Amino acid sequence: MDATNITSPIQQNKKLIGFFAVASTIFAVVVVLGLLLTMLGNFVIEGVPGLSWDFITQAPRNNNQEGGIFPAIYGTTLLVLTMTMLGVPIGTITAIYLNEYANPNSFFSRLILFAVNSLAGVPSIVFGLFGVGFFIQFFGAGLDSLFNPSKVIWGQPAIIWASATLAVLTLPVVIISVNEALRSVPVSLREASLALGATKFQTIWKIVLPNSLTGILTGSILAIGRGAGEVAPIIFVGAVYSMPGLPNKLNDQFMHLGYHLFVLSTQSPNVEKTIPIQFATTLVLLLLTFVLSLTAIIIRSRLTKQLQG
Amino acid sequence: MAKQINQIKVKASDFCVYYGAKQALKDISMDILEKQVTALIGPSGCGKSTFLRSINRMNDLIPSAKFQGKIIIDETDVFNPSVDVVQLRRQVGMVFQKSTPFPKSIYDNIAYGLQLNQRISRSDLDDIVEQSLKGAALWEEVKNRLNDSALGLSGGQQQRLCIARAIAVNPEIVLMDEPCSALDPISTAKVEELITELKSKYTIILVTHNMQQAARVSDYTAFFYMGNLIEFDKTRTIFTEPNKKETEDYITGRFG
Amino acid sequence: MNKTSLLVKKENRWFETTIEFVIKSVASLSIILIFLIFLFVFRESFSLFQSKNSTVSTQVYSAPKVYNPESGTLKVKEALKKESSKTSITVWDTFFDSVWQPVGDNPKYGVLPLLIGTLKVTLIALLIGAPLGILAAICTSFFISAKWRNIIKPAIELLASMPSVVIGFFCLIIIASLTKDLFGLDLRLNALVGGIGLAIAIIPIIFTITDDALQTVPKTLREASLALGATEWQTAFKVMLPAATPGVFSAVLLGFGRAFGETMIALMATGNAALISMNPAGSVRTLAATIGAEMGEVIWGSDHYGILFLLGSILFLISFGINIVLEFYIKTRLLQKIQGKVG
Ligand SMILES: Nc1ncnc2c1ncn2[C@@H]1O[C@H](COP(=O)(O)OP(=O)(O)OP(=O)(O)O)[C@@H](O)[C@H]1O
Ligand SMILES: [Mg+2]
Repeated sequence: MDATNITSPIQQNKKLIGFFAVASTIFAVVVVLGLLLTMLGNFVIEGVPGLSWDFITQAPRNNNQEGGIFPAIYGTTLLVLTMTMLGVPIGTITAIYLNEYANPNSFFSRLILFAVNSLAGVPSIVFGLFGVGFFIQFFGAGLDSLFNPSKVIWGQPAIIWASATLAVLTLPVVIISVNEALRSVPVSLREASLALGATKFQTIWKIVLPNSLTGILTGSILAIGRGAGEVAPIIFVGAVYSMPGLPNKLNDQFMHLGYHLFVLSTQSPNVEKTIPIQFATTLVLLLLTFVLSLTAIIIRSRLTKQLQG
Repeated sequence: MAKQINQIKVKASDFCVYYGAKQALKDISMDILEKQVTALIGPSGCGKSTFLRSINRMNDLIPSAKFQGKIIIDETDVFNPSVDVVQLRRQVGMVFQKSTPFPKSIYDNIAYGLQLNQRISRSDLDDIVEQSLKGAALWEEVKNRLNDSALGLSGGQQQRLCIARAIAVNPEIVLMDEPCSALDPISTAKVEELITELKSKYTIILVTHNMQQAARVSDYTAFFYMGNLIEFDKTRTIFTEPNKKETEDYITGRFG
Repeated sequence: MNKTSLLVKKENRWFETTIEFVIKSVASLSIILIFLIFLFVFRESFSLFQSKNSTVSTQVYSAPKVYNPESGTLKVKEALKKESSKTSITVWDTFFDSVWQPVGDNPKYGVLPLLIGTLKVTLIALLIGAPLGILAAICTSFFISAKWRNIIKPAIELLASMPSVVIGFFCLIIIASLTKDLFGLDLRLNALVGGIGLAIAIIPIIFTITDDALQTVPKTLREASLALGATEWQTAFKVMLPAATPGVFSAVLLGFGRAFGETMIALMATGNAALISMNPAGSVRTLAATIGAEMGEVIWGSDHYGILFLLGSILFLISFGINIVLEFYIKTRLLQKIQGKVG
């Protein structure tokens, strides 16, 4: 700027406002990133000492105050795998319908999208209630009264119902991310296939789906990451604080990392004493969810880069 | 040499296309002869692609598109409700402006159309792949790397692969929508040479923006303007003594 | 080739037709699920509407018919009032009281403290989270280089995948002590701590949606503003942000919905005392946390059980209502706004 130019007080004022405006946005970014880093740093620093081979491979001892968390890792893994098997096919097919079959302006496809958005907004605790009201009380109990009227086999909290509940909860995640992937398959490839005399489904099966595998994978990973971290929906649909042995039937209950952390940190008789275990459990849970999400984000950004470049 | 008299292969009569309320083609009537190259020329947006994509009903994919009139291949109106679109598209191959190899191997690209509706023995498949690649003048260049990804080919090779892929299913008609517009002069020359060879077996309809190309490779030329078919005649006639002023203006580069 | 081969009977494509039907059916599952969720969550609270000693059961089962997506909450509340006179005295007499004390000989089911508590933490969360999320989005959209944007945006999105139980744990252990020391509070766990926790949960949501909204504002608007001599910050705050208002509003609304219904953070960080007070440092108990804390111990089928499902229905209806507002109001506003400015 010209040194001889005298800036008026109004201009100076404006500059000051501008400076504060920009500074405030940068401050916001710094605060948010700072929070993220503080949390991560804290968990790593406090959690790593508690981690050991025994911790992740042994069962808890002494009313969960000592020992490892293997049953919780096992239960969480089993839970999200079952969830994936139930939810990912349904989500993928829905996305295929929306993207390949439906006229995007039709009432029906708009209704589906509206339902998907609504599902995404439902509080997770409500899914838990739905798990109780629908899967356990209606579906499970219904099965019981049909096939074994005198016993309770399916009409009780169980890993299968928790998985089903989480599958419903993560359905929007899968649908939205597969939809994105399908949309990224160029129309020209579809046309080329159709022009060779392929039917619509042949085109989807042989061209569209193989070219959106990464997207389906990303969707599944995101769903797993989300599902593994959710505690509220499963508290009363099958998660338990401790149990003898591991779940080996679909109607068994199960231990869960997030629930374990919740109980240890809020309800156990000796919260102070187990703090190292709590941090170590947090770290394991984060590894499961966070690392999965990070992978998905990286795959996704590669994908978009590929499309742009 | 006695001039061979070709039969009419594709016959459009009073054919109209609407996109929503907008009319893209107006009462097109023309007879396209068998085993000849017919070029469609005209300024951008005049409806060439629309016409081409109506012949194999590719425009069915656009929800707003509405059709009127007839396009008759041999004796059948392609818009007849009992026509099976899939069958139609096997009989009418198509090559697009942008080459669209599938992200598969060269071999699988050619085999794709063949394996859709029938089981073929490996040796038969090998034969057809070889023939198609030879037919598209690509065999010598790729015979040692059939299992490599088709995406590794050059633009010109990719386009010839797409032609090979189209003729592998043994169509009767091949539609080409500006097949050379993304290619360098050498590749263009190769594809043009190929088109001339292919016409002994196939009826070819070619959209092009390149006047010289139309003049070089086509037997008949149709000039479209704003959705109308202005003039349709032997290529030589169109380029030397056009009947309509618009045609002459366009060919001499006075507009478009 | 056979000239009639073009004419193939349609039945030959039965496989295609079948598969399309199957795909369409599966796709409609999302719609069905939304209905089922409301139906079955609400159904479990039916016992409340059933008089324990009389005959109104036929009327009682007509309850789902009052469900109306347009004005869901209101109608249900009316229905509750109407039904309450006929039904068991204990539940409905205390429903609008200020005491929530569901266990004991004389249970009280006053939802008021829960509702106020939920609103209080949600408000705190929004007061903290909305400015941070929106300002951060403005920063990454306009004031930093693409290179930084490509680092910061995924980082903040990563925050979104932090499980809420982990955020709750962080509040419980770290934030609680920090705020207690900083402000000299009496209670470790209170609305402020819970609000901070919920803010951490909603910042990524608000950030992402605001960022999307800012990105969809036509670039020409920005260029025009800059060309007129406006500075970058003036353009960002006075042109781009206002143009993206509907998007920002939906970001805040979604953040509200998330905070309102969040369970684990509220359960772990707010202290869970069902008190009515305006003190941000006081302990509160939210609707969702109440369900989370009490569902585990409740006797299935009891009044208390039914009430918890009723609270769940309320949470559902609020989230559904938010989605309806987003769908029918904001999307059209956004379109109008963008088209109006450009076209
Ligand atoms: N999917 C569509 N929806 C609406 N209008 C369309 C669509 N496709 C084409 N049109 C319109 O129809 C008219 C004809 O388009 P067409 O693609 O057939 O032109 P063209 O002659 O092939 O042009 P070009 O030389 O640029 O390829 C144009 O005005 C175009 O805008
Ligand atoms: Mg065209």
